[in-house]
Amino acid sequence: MASTTTVEPGRATAARAPARRRGGIPWATVRMYIGIALIVIFCLAPFYWMIVTSFRDVGFTFDNTPWPTHVTLDNYRTVFDTSLGNNFAQALLNSAIIGVCTTILAVMFGVFAAYALARLDFRGKFLVLGIVLGASMFPGVALLTPLFQLFTNIGWFGTYQALIIPDISFALPLTIYVLTAFFSEMPWELEQAALVDGATPGQAFRKVILPLTAPGLFTTAILAFIAAWNEYLLASQLSSDRTEPVTVAIAAFTGSQPQQEPYTAIMAAGTVVTVPLVILVLILQRRIVAGLTAGGVKG
Amino acid sequence: MTTTDAETREAEPGEPSKRGRRGRSEHAAAQNRLGLYLIAPSIIVLLIVIGYPVVRAVVMSFQKDAGLDPATGLFVEGGFAGFSNYTHWLFEQCGDVKCPPGTLGSQFWESFWTTIFFTVATVVIEVCLGMWMALVMSRAFKGRGLLRASVLVPWSIPTAVTAKLWFFIFAFEGIANRLLGAQILWTGSEWPARFAVIIADVWKTTPFIALLILAGLQIIPEDVYEAAKVDGATRWQRFTRITLPLVKPALLVAVLFRVLDVLRIFDLPYILTGGANNTSTLSILVVNQIRQGFNSAAALSTITFVFIFLVAFVFVRVLGANVVQTTQSQQKGAR
Repeated sequence: MASTTTVEPGRATAARAPARRRGGIPWATVRMYIGIALIVIFCLAPFYWMIVTSFRDVGFTFDNTPWPTHVTLDNYRTVFDTSLGNNFAQALLNSAIIGVCTTILAVMFGVFAAYALARLDFRGKFLVLGIVLGASMFPGVALLTPLFQLFTNIGWFGTYQALIIPDISFALPLTIYVLTAFFSEMPWELEQAALVDGATPGQAFRKVILPLTAPGLFTTAILAFIAAWNEYLLASQLSSDRTEPVTVAIAAFTGSQPQQEPYTAIMAAGTVVTVPLVILVLILQRRIVAGLTAGGVKG
Repeated sequence: MTTTDAETREAEPGEPSKRGRRGRSEHAAAQNRLGLYLIAPSIIVLLIVIGYPVVRAVVMSFQKDAGLDPATGLFVEGGFAGFSNYTHWLFEQCGDVKCPPGTLGSQFWESFWTTIFFTVATVVIEVCLGMWMALVMSRAFKGRGLLRASVLVPWSIPTAVTAKLWFFIFAFEGIANRLLGAQILWTGSEWPARFAVIIADVWKTTPFIALLILAGLQIIPEDVYEAAKVDGATRWQRFTRITLPLVKPALLVAVLFRVLDVLRIFDLPYILTGGANNTSTLSILVVNQIRQGFNSAAALSTITFVFIFLVAFVFVRVLGANVVQTTQSQQKGAR
């Protein structure tokens, strides 16, 4: 107890805490580790539970043992089984198609706008930034009703374009915002330096600018893809059985017994949808955090 | 494209040479033009995918839905409806009478207050918890990578999957009841259902809030804390007098993002509880209404949109959440 007064907790002390360890327990460090442990458990426990359950035999759904028991791959077979009226493989493909098309379109348009916002000084710049930010927070339901009617009238209901076009409404603002942040950080002087050193504008672009922008573009594309991949509201109303993405498929997943929720299979489906995403995010975590805090991306 | 305007803006104090001035103003005009060309495609796309539907929704909201009137049982032709679609929701009027309980028309205020309740509850919890997480993360000199990685996991899981995951956790025989030693019908009764939605949302979004706040914390220079400590400020004083005021812009932006996000909450309650037991939000009400009548749904979605817009406006104007500037300075601090 007495040592709490000598080792004062705080940002600066914490940073120097290891050097201060002269006898006694370094409470600041202990507290920090407890904090870290709590956060990690908070974030990962439900995710862990999903994976553990996905490998658990259906008969032991509510076993509730914290570690893997009754391990089986049956749930994964059930997920891709089409005899129960689910077509999960098709849903995965649909999500991929919708996500890729949305991302390509959003980046294609967004890259120009972001360049202008980051690099040029033009009138109405802040207005445009405001519009973009406002658009990214636009409630999806406000688009849903008119689009539902429009797509029904022109026979687009349940088509891929009916799912891709509304997704642009949040993917494009997101792309513009994140890319603007990335672009305004870039050392553009290097382009000038390359030109001074005798590079042609083409070389300066290929050898200096492109390698510099590629990581930012890639991260932005990933963020846009994740946003489209996770979209549920619009897809749940505008897709048909043939075009429904994974989020809709998982929410409507049916088991062999109509009265019984096929929990283990749904957890397996969730794992299939999530794990690749999580791996991708973890590989790119540094950049994604930078992009996230710039764009205020919704989850 | 008036050059004079650009000239006055670009003109510097003192007497710049005529040539320099002209060169600069031409440069500014060129930038204006190029900026316009580069921005235009995106703005046009946004006008098509957002502007057009919004205008159309407003137009639709003043049209009558053709079909049987649920209150009178008579067939109603379409046509101009005036504000009747709006009064239908706001005053829960079906025709000339009060909407009977059970119909969607009687659920507006219930859904409205549920949405408000979710917003206040989740944002308060998430900001407090997120603040604590951000403080821990900013102090962590070891395990920072692990923290950042685990914090990103809930964020990257699709909300639909999150909802199903918590649906399983909150199942009657599920792990939540086991851990609590309780027998709660989580998704089957009013308050537990609400808490289920709130807990799931807190799990999914708090890490994101923490990241936003952390970005704000990282731009506070270390020596401010050193100076305060030299002056004998306690830990609590340092938090309330330094951390809070300096992190306030980032905090306001985080709160704004979250508020606007929860006001349109749909996936989580829709999948977790199906909107039953008073967990129906405005978005769920719109979706339920769509197949019963486009125009009435359009009025409701317009009300929702206007409401969210007003909230955003109040935030930006009254509380001074400078979204554009803060997010940009955060981006610099986040590296």
